Amino acid sequence: MSTTITITINGNAVALPSDPRVSLLDFLREQLGLCGTKKGCDQGACGACTVLLDGEQRILSCLALAVQYEGRAITSVEGLAHDGQLHALQQSFIEHDGFQCGYCTPGQLCSALGMEAELRRGVPSYVTDDIGAESIAFSQDEVRERMSGNLCRCGAYNGIVAAVTEHHVRLHGKAAAGEAS
Amino acid sequence: MNPFTFARALDAQDAVRQGAAAGSRFLGGGTNLVDLMRETIERPAQLVDVSGLSQQIDERPDGSLLVGAAVKNTALAEHRAVRARFPLLARAIASGASGQIRNMATVAGNVLQRTRCTYFYDRDGAHCNKRNPGEGCDALQGVHRMHAVLGASSTCIATHPSDMCVALAALDAVVHLQGVGGTRQVPFTGFHLLPEDHPERETVLHPGELITAIEIPALAFGANSTYRKVRDRASYAFALVSVAAALEVQDGVVSDVRLALGGVAHKPWRASTLEQMLRGQPADAIHFEAAARAEMADARPLRDNAFKIPLAQRTMVAVLDGLVTVHS
Repeated sequence: MSTTITITINGNAVALPSDPRVSLLDFLREQLGLCGTKKGCDQGACGACTVLLDGEQRILSCLALAVQYEGRAITSVEGLAHDGQLHALQQSFIEHDGFQCGYCTPGQLCSALGMEAELRRGVPSYVTDDIGAESIAFSQDEVRERMSGNLCRCGAYNGIVAAVTEHHVRLHGKAAAGEAS
Repeated sequence: MNPFTFARALDAQDAVRQGAAAGSRFLGGGTNLVDLMRETIERPAQLVDVSGLSQQIDERPDGSLLVGAAVKNTALAEHRAVRARFPLLARAIASGASGQIRNMATVAGNVLQRTRCTYFYDRDGAHCNKRNPGEGCDALQGVHRMHAVLGASSTCIATHPSDMCVALAALDAVVHLQGVGGTRQVPFTGFHLLPEDHPERETVLHPGELITAIEIPALAFGANSTYRKVRDRASYAFALVSVAAALEVQDGVVSDVRLALGGVAHKPWRASTLEQMLRGQPADAIHFEAAARAEMADARPLRDNAFKIPLAQRTMVAVLDGLVTVHS
């Protein structure tokens, strides 16, 4: 409590907990009251706690000690909408029934945004045919493989893939969507 | 989680100095250690955060790579030189864990991750020689279809869970270490230990010793390589069997081959028998099958994991066949 070490959450600098045992997930939910980020398994198996680090890097907040992210910027689902306007991906999830109960949705949203950044950067996946290629073709197989760390117990996967695909098409055009069209 | 103090290392020397304190553990991405601490299987008195140390990937003039210990798994898999020259490594990393975990996990942390044997994890309900030496192993008569068929002992049948390490074993990587006594280098294939009578000893690391880098030597035929992972579901699951392989064929004959297996042993399993048998032999299914059979000749199945032996053989043959096709 004495020295203030801070972390930026959705654009606001806040003091980190003094107890190093506090996970980033518990810090968001219990100490900051940001309950959008969900605790599913608390052991890195379900993806419900996914948040974005330094803009577009998706990480699991349940396996992160909050103190380890001193000075870094975290975006949780609460940081996606702007001026009362849903993020375009959130809108796509609504339009494509990308959820039923909604518990996994915050993690799905943050994960999908991180995944899109990885695709843009050319990060290969296990289903990428030409791993040496400069750019990676968008496909539903790529989306399914890259989103496999986010479980949905309602089984809204088809809606999730459709929502992510539509968001990608909106950003990059239909031609870039491969088999998704 | 038990209480602990948290310190950030400024550099490797500082890390080694702080890590010398009793009960100290180095913290990388935390994807395994934080989980084990929550389960109170790991109970460090102090965490020394080394995730801010070297995140460099140096391409050296001789074609080798020197990968800083704190390089994230994603960063290594997406590196241009890795994708072009060591596709087996990029594919192995991409097959492991999830996108989120690969973004957090460091290369050294991946190497040092611990088994996912459920009896090792079940601190309150199961006996485990790795967790508590001498108390017995409940996996021997338990649910063990995921467990080892090669190099296991009567004290431990756990497997090493990493995919990346299987590729590093095939690539003859070298582990760079720093301790209070100085630096040293250890061949990757000698870094992890088989369980024998001491499954609690998993590597040759000395107490307080730090991994500073992983060196990946040049491999002329590294571009003709791949990684195949067989698992219970299509993604985000540990391997039943996996194969990392690189193959060089000239005039239909195997001039050189590298192959390692995952999911079958306490450590990434370098298939030396297969490699020796295949060099100089025709690159065809008959010879691949004979070599794969010979590699698994010493396999000892448990009640429920005998399927791994033919599965490993078939996967080795399929991977090598695929590399011949790609090459010609």
